[in-house]
Order: sequence, then C-alpha cells, then structure tokens
Amino acid sequence: MERIKTLDTRNLCESAKNGGCGECQTACKTGVANQKCE
Amino acid sequence: MVHQYQLNGYNIVLDTCSGGIHVVDEVAYHIISLFETHSPEAIVAAVKETFGDSVTEQDIRDCIADVQSLKDAGKLFTPDTFANLAGTFKERSGDVVKALCLHVAHTCNLNCDYCFASQGKYHGDRALMSFEVGKQALDFLMDHSGTRRNLEVDFFGGEPLMNWDVVKRLVQYARSVEKERGKNFRFTLTTNGMLIDDDVIDFANREMSNVVLSLDGRKEINDRTRVDYQGRGSYDRIVPKFQKLVAARGGKNYYMRGTFTHANPDFTKDLFHMADDLGFTELSMEPVVCAPDDPAALTPEDLEIVKNQYEILAKDMLRREKEGKPITFYHYMLDLTGGPCVYKRISGCGSGTEYMAVTPWGDLYPCHQFVGEESYKLGDVWNGVTNTALREQFRACNAYARPDCADCWAKLYCSGGCAANAYHATGSIRGVYQAGCDLFRKRIECAIMMKAAKETAQ
Repeated sequence: MERIKTLDTRNLCESAKNGGCGECQTACKTGVANQKCE
Repeated sequence: MVHQYQLNGYNIVLDTCSGGIHVVDEVAYHIISLFETHSPEAIVAAVKETFGDSVTEQDIRDCIADVQSLKDAGKLFTPDTFANLAGTFKERSGDVVKALCLHVAHTCNLNCDYCFASQGKYHGDRALMSFEVGKQALDFLMDHSGTRRNLEVDFFGGEPLMNWDVVKRLVQYARSVEKERGKNFRFTLTTNGMLIDDDVIDFANREMSNVVLSLDGRKEINDRTRVDYQGRGSYDRIVPKFQKLVAARGGKNYYMRGTFTHANPDFTKDLFHMADDLGFTELSMEPVVCAPDDPAALTPEDLEIVKNQYEILAKDMLRREKEGKPITFYHYMLDLTGGPCVYKRISGCGSGTEYMAVTPWGDLYPCHQFVGEESYKLGDVWNGVTNTALREQFRACNAYARPDCADCWAKLYCSGGCAANAYHATGSIRGVYQAGCDLFRKRIECAIMMKAAKETAQ
C-alpha cells in the first residue's frame, strides 16, 4: 500500500545551480509563490 | 524544515528547503512527525499505540525506511543551506531595473473610501504624467535594464484611463524601439473601468499582456465604497464595460481584482457572484490596506473568518473543476514544476531595486505603496537613483532578513513578505506584518491542498 505520494515539484536545491537569471515577471498589488520561471 | 498540516481530508507534508510536497496517510503522517526526534524503536511503539492492530510492525518499519529514503534523496528534512545565498541575487543584479509602475494619473474619477492612494492623489496634488516624463521613464528603464530582455510596465494611478492618450503614445514609443534595444516590453493596465470604451478595449486587448479590473463583487459591497464624487455607486456602470472587455479578450489574461474589508470578510460570496452571476473566471480578492483604526480595517475576528473563507474557496474551486467549470484565484495559482528558482524565492518582488514606481513628475519610489512618503524617494528618471542608501536598505530585504522568519515554513513562498505592508504595520520595512503572514500561510496551505487533491485523483 502506498503510504506516501510525492508530488512532482521543482527541486529548489537544484535551482540554486542554474537559477537566478531574473527574467521572470515581477494582480494583487498588495509573494513569489504565484510566479513562473522564465 | 518540515511543515505538516491536515486540510480537506488530506495529510500534507511540505519540505521547505527542497520544495518537496508529499501527500501521506495517517500512519506516515504520524511517523514523519516523530522521525527526527525519536528512534525507530520508539516510533514503532508510538505508532502501534495509536493505530493498534490496524498496522503491523513490518508496515511501520517499511514506512520508516521510505521516509529515510526520501530524506536521503533530498526531498524531506532537507537542511537549510540557502542563508548564504540571501542577497547574492540582488548583489549580482547590480543596479539593474526591469519593471516600473507608471503613475500616469494622480487623480481619479472615483472616490473610494478605502483607497490607499487617497483617491489617487497619494497625499499630494492632482497631476497627469506628460508624455515627455513617461518617455524618459521608459528610456531610464531600458538604459538600466542591463542584459534583461523582459521589461514590465504597469499603467497605474489614480485612474490611468484619465490619461489614456499618453498611455497609448508611451506604448507606441516602446514598441518602436524595443527590437533595436533587444527588449520585450510587457504592459499591464489597472483600471476602475469607468472610462472603458471601444478604443480602450481594442488597444488594451492588442497591447496589454494583462489587465486588472477593479470590482469588489456584489453590488451592495462594491457600491458601499467604490463611489463617484456624487456618492453614486459604480457597479451598474462598470460591470457591462468589464464584461465587454473580457469577452473581447477571449476571456483570458485579465483579473477581476476586488478588495475586501471589515464590511465583507465573507468575501467568497463576492467571488462567487463575479463567477456565477457575471461570468468572470479570473479572480483576485485582496485584504484592504489601511491603518488599523480605519473603519474598513479587518479586525482579529475578521481574520479568522477570512482564513475560513480561503478554505471554503479552495474546496469550492475543486468542485467547480470537477464539474468542468473551473475558476482561477490568483493566490491559488501555484506552478509546482515551473515555479520560481530559489534566488527569486529568497529575494522577492524586487521593490526598491529592480522594481520602482514613477510619479507623474518623474520621481522614483520603491513601489506604488511608498509613493507620497517623501523619505522614501529614491531619485528621478533623469538622474536615476540618488538615494543609494535607501536602495541598499531594500536590497537587504529578503527571506532571511528578519529573525521572525527563521522558523517559518512559508518564507520561500513569500520571500519575507511585502516591505510596504511591513512598513505600514510596524514602521520598518524589515518589520513583520503578522496578520498578513497568517493569511499568506493559509492561502499557501489551501493552494497546495488543491494540488494534492488533483494529483491524488489522477
């Protein structure tokens, strides 16, 4: 029986190696959770 | 750091520093809660005591081994090694600016009670931005954008449609030079809708990558605060215009953006009204930004209602999706596989460094919520940032800048929170706006629960 289902997510430790280009976009006007990598 | 919570029948485990998300059963949930502080023998005994004969010792040991495997794979109990990255992204970016909030109008044709911008005037004089100032702002942006290709400009106010001709000329100017400058402008427009006509619809739908349309939901809620200078509600005048604009956009790339206050902490009724009665599917509803003693301010009792409303909304959105009639709520839009890298998650929105607001006179501020606060003026579009000490204060804002955030599981979703909210709540951009934190965490829990529900249903 599967007791743990792991969702497919972007690994943040991996993103430390290849992220940081700054091209992603800067609705609410009042976090980064809702952003997409570009 | 691990965060465990139960919502809507799901047991969810978040691994803060890897971004890992696990949906588990009751046994695994219990084991994970004990894993770092108890020996395997003690875990077996504790689980047997809780679950009795419904689980065998071998089952428990197998599950402990699975948890250990996830830890070994860097998907659970991942140590926080990012603190030394804090600030590196902004340092590496130097003085690059990539986004501007252009205040093309410090005036408004509505007189909303709760307006954080004091009816569009930002505690100053009424003014419209000239084309020359706007052009200089766009040149400033291009000149200071370094190697960044994507540049963003939001036409804001006040009410930007009160200066529509300048908006159009600025877009046309940017389009005329972006290719030769190697840039890609993305324009957005935030409007109260009063002046929308066919020309606005045609131009906005051709040039604006997103439009933000201000409507607070139910007529009696909207017209309680969103009134003109004669005190007349705006609902009946703006809703048909919004519907026409959205239909002409093909129902995409827009947000109905409402504000909820002490008058309507039950804001899901307003969201559902916009969805079910008005036909809008892209929705954003935000808590009011105002002084704590303002009559519109949310009380501690309201905040508990609001948190419950976020749960109601998440469950209802799952129902709608199942019925083939989905709606979008901005804060529940998480991209688990294509979301931001850790640098972006640590550094946040970039206010005061790569994102700035420009007043009609060309003055630069860290963001639209600081405009009118004279001590937060950064410089102007002709001379650039002259208050470099202030810019350094904003450069130092990140997810690791506040001791209160050290043990918060959500810090890589909020990046340490909004500097303007912190300033207005505590007097310091390095403060912590606790009420905002509580609501933010609840929204993230709901958004991840929705992802868990969809993934486990497949």
